[in-house]
Order: sequence, then C-alpha cells, then structure tokens
Amino acid sequence: MNAIPETMAVAPAPARNGAVMDCQLQKVFYGDFLAVRDSNLPLEKNKITGFIGPSGCGKSTVLRSLNRMNDLIPVFRFEGKVTYHGQDIYDAKVDPVVVRRYIGMVFQQPNPFAMSIYDNVAFGLRLNGFKGNLDERVEKALQGAACWNEVKDKLKNSGLSLSGGQQQRLCIARAIATEPDVLLMDEPCSALDPIATRRVEELMVELKEKYTIALVTHNMQQAMRVADTTAFFGVDISQGSRTGYMVEMGPTKKIFEEPEQQLTREYVRGEFS
Amino acid sequence: MVSRPFENLVQSGSVSGPPSGGDYALDRGFRYLAWASAALILALVAYIVIEIGSKALPAIAQYGLGFLTSSEWNVQTGQFGILPQIWGTLYSSLLALLLGGLFGIGIGIFLTQDFLPPRLAATFRTIIELLAAIPSVVFGLWGIYVLIPLLRPVANWLHEVAGGIPFFSTSLSGPGLAPAALVLAIMILPTVASISVDALRQIPYKVKEAAYGMGTTRWEAILKVMLPTASSGILAALVLGFGRALGETMALAMLIGNSNQISLSLFAPANTLAALLASSFPEAGPVEIQALMYAALALLTITLIVNAVGLAVMKLATRKFEVER
Repeated sequence: MNAIPETMAVAPAPARNGAVMDCQLQKVFYGDFLAVRDSNLPLEKNKITGFIGPSGCGKSTVLRSLNRMNDLIPVFRFEGKVTYHGQDIYDAKVDPVVVRRYIGMVFQQPNPFAMSIYDNVAFGLRLNGFKGNLDERVEKALQGAACWNEVKDKLKNSGLSLSGGQQQRLCIARAIATEPDVLLMDEPCSALDPIATRRVEELMVELKEKYTIALVTHNMQQAMRVADTTAFFGVDISQGSRTGYMVEMGPTKKIFEEPEQQLTREYVRGEFS
Repeated sequence: MVSRPFENLVQSGSVSGPPSGGDYALDRGFRYLAWASAALILALVAYIVIEIGSKALPAIAQYGLGFLTSSEWNVQTGQFGILPQIWGTLYSSLLALLLGGLFGIGIGIFLTQDFLPPRLAATFRTIIELLAAIPSVVFGLWGIYVLIPLLRPVANWLHEVAGGIPFFSTSLSGPGLAPAALVLAIMILPTVASISVDALRQIPYKVKEAAYGMGTTRWEAILKVMLPTASSGILAALVLGFGRALGETMALAMLIGNSNQISLSLFAPANTLAALLASSFPEAGPVEIQALMYAALALLTITLIVNAVGLAVMKLATRKFEVER
C-alpha cells in the first residue's frame, strides 16, 4: 500500500527560474473532500513536465486546476496560487474563460466537435476574432499536429469521421491553432492504440519547441520517453480519506533512476500502481 | 430440437446446460410478437388511408384538384374547396412553430446548460411535460375567456397604429388567427421543449469540456457547440411540434373563427382543415361528407409530407455532423 509515514518530508521546492507557470497548490476540495494538498510545481518554458502517480493521486485534478477547468464542477474549491507569467489565475479579477484561451487543453478522450475538420481547427481562431488568413492557420495547425497529410483532402468531412488517433491529433490541432503558450494534456493517449500513441508522443516532443507542456500520464514509460521533468504524486490515506499530494519532482532521469523519496522509488520500480 | 453438443464432454457436476425448449419457444414467440406489432402499425396506416381515400373518391372524381384551389364551401350550391383551410392550417402552424419553437428551444437550453440547480431543472422538466397533459378543450376555453379579452386591446391598438402593415390590417373582434396561433404555440411547447431537452442532454460531457477548454463563454459554448451538436434532435423537435400543430383540432375550432377567408392579418378570423372537419361533420349530409373526406385526405397528405421532409432534413443534418453508424 502507499500509505505515507508522517515523517516523510514534502519535497523541496524546485528552482523557479524560467517557469512559465507556477502552481503553488495548498488545498483542493470537492465539497468537504480534500482531494489534493501541498503540491508546488513550476512548468518550465519549452519543456514537457510529466505528472505520474497511482490512480486517485490527484494528478489530473492538479492539471485541470492549471487552466481552471475544474471551475466547471460546482463543488470544486482551490486554495493556493497558480501564477501564469507572474499573474495569479485564481485572482478574483481573472475570468476563467480568459485563462482557458491562453492555456490550451487536450483531453483523455478525443472530443472533436460535431462539425467539419476545418471548422474544428478554425474554432479557436474564430472564437478569438482572428482576422487573418484562416486557411493558412488551419493548415499550419494541422501540420503542427502531424495530421495535415491525412485530412487535407477531406477538410469538409466531419471531425467525428476520423479514427481515434486522428481525432486526438485533430484535437491537438484545435488546441494549438491559436498558439497558446501552455498546453495541458490529460492522458492524451489513454484511448489510443500503440501506433497512434507513438505518433502523439513524437508530436509532443516536436511541440515543446514552441509550447510549454504539462502531461498527465498513467504510463511510466511514456513519461520516461517524453518528459523532461517529472512530478510524482502519491496518495495520503493517513487522515482517513484519500488525499493526493506531490511527493517529488525533478529531472525525469533522476526521478526514475535515483529518486530521493522511498515512495517514488517503489512506484517507479513498479512495486505498486 | 434443443441441441446438446457438450452434454457428455464436461465433467459431471457442471450446471452449465443449453436453454430449455420452453426458453427457445418464448424467444421465438417474442420475435413473432414484435414482427406482428410492427406489421399492425403499417396495416393500420394503410387501412386509414384506403378507408378515407375510398370515401373521398366520389368527391375527388367530381371536384378534382380544383378542390384544393377553390375557396367556396357551400352546401346549398354543392361547391366545395379548401384553399382557405389549407392556408389557415399552414399559416397558424407556422406562427405556432415560430413562437413555440423559439421558446421551446430556449427552455431546452435553460433546463440543460447549468442555469438551474439539477433538482430544480428536473422539477421544471416535469412541469413542462405536465403541460402536455392539459386537454385541448381546456386550452380552447382558456383562449376564449382569458386570452382573447387580453389580446383584443393590444391587437386593436396595433391595428390603429400600424394598420398599414398587412399583419395588422384588421382588428380583432373575437376569435381569430392570433389567439389560435398563441394557444397552438403553447400546446406544441411541451413537445418541442422536452425533445430539445433530450437532445441537449445526450451531448456527452466531454463535448462541453472541449468547448469550455477552448475558452468559450457560456453563450459561445451553447451557440457554437451545443446547439450544432444537438441540431438533428432539435430539428426533430421542431418537425414533431409542427406536425402536432397541423393536426390540432379542438382548441383551434374554438378559437380561429371558422371563416373561409385568406388573409395575412393576424387578427382576422380564419379556418384550418382540422377545425373544418370537427365543426362540419356533425351536421354534414352525404355529399358534404364526401368533400370532408377529401379534406381529411388533404390534411393527411400535408402531415405526411411535412414529416417526410422533416425526416429528410434531419438525416441531412445527421450526415453532416455525426458519424454514420
């Protein structure tokens, strides 16, 4: 089991230089339930930060706190701070809608809109009142998401007519069309087959040249393959309920080869999941 | 015969076994029942069309297609035509669809897009469905005693101020198109609203997430994502609502004025096919009955065409937006 002894220290705060986003989460509640506590993680520019951990450890919750997606859940409550270029996105003056326009998201299940491939990609551009050459930006986004060649002859077809892997890359194209500088990816490959997964992973590595990426994955090998920095989350059951928290964060190689925390070591060795 | 291919192959003590002969008979019986029910529906529709058609045959032979374009309905001279009724049917139904459709879809949005706490929304949905249980004649009475007196001053003021506009070119003296269309709109509201609610509720949560994840405001999410996604269901709601409006009888017979004239004015009395049938049948002689049967056939045809067109449009929308399964 992954019970955490009281003595186990919270990981030291990593360096915050060059961080585009900095999450200083103290407590996240769903109603009365404390879902996540004490998780500090900076997202460094042009890096992929992987979130790993057993199920129920709050990695998705933390990711979804980074663009205020959790605000869709009425009982959600966030304590702490998430800064984006120094500005706290949980400040009362900040509209979550605005946050989501700058911080794009790709979800676990491919979720293209029930409209044409072209309209899917153009959605964010139109939403933001883009006045330039729409065709050009749509093509660029689809190329960026490595699916231009597959869909260029059927841009008028429904986005839902594509295969699962293509749909997911379409969703990535939709997310990057407006060129947000942070991209949050919540287990983007969990619904995909191994070949599609590989393409999306290659894509992530290409995308980090332009974007800062946070990636939640249930797959340790995936984190090893693509993440520059890895944050390991654990579950604390000492208070009688399951509360997730960040155990340790560091360069991926270090987390997987010589982690500081015993719990991390057990997890990356596959002793529990 | 029940086949038992594995009977002697498994170890003794296993309780696995084939379904009994009785199980198979039930299975088959249920299948036949389902086929029979489906066939019965087809037979019923065919029977109704044939029955009405055969009773209308003498009238069809006598008046031909001129029946559909003539405005005279005179039992004494034996002249029959239903153009005003066709006009009144379509005009009142379209007005009702415009009003009821707009409000119905609005209610659908209001009850599904987190404007209300879930329990309150569920209560509202039940109330809307209860609206469908109010008998037509009650709506008719309400129209006569409440709506018409309420409408009359407004209508007459509009007629005085803007009488130049064809829609307001007459005054409202009592029954007329406006009260009829308003009541009709209220009557189709539950149909449109509850089917729209179903269509909007069927949208998976992940679509809503995708919309908000792109940074849409609530209205942008509804207008640009939710409504297009539910478009085929909402079209179905409108088609069914329109179909219901076309055939609605009692309230219209009480409210529309039963006057065979064609007017754009919202305040002029008019007539519909269903109202004509309801009000003429009780005292009709044999010749008039033939003409009424012809009118009934015309109403049936209009409803069938509307439904067929509606289905085709829905299919088109489905093709465009959804995956074919």
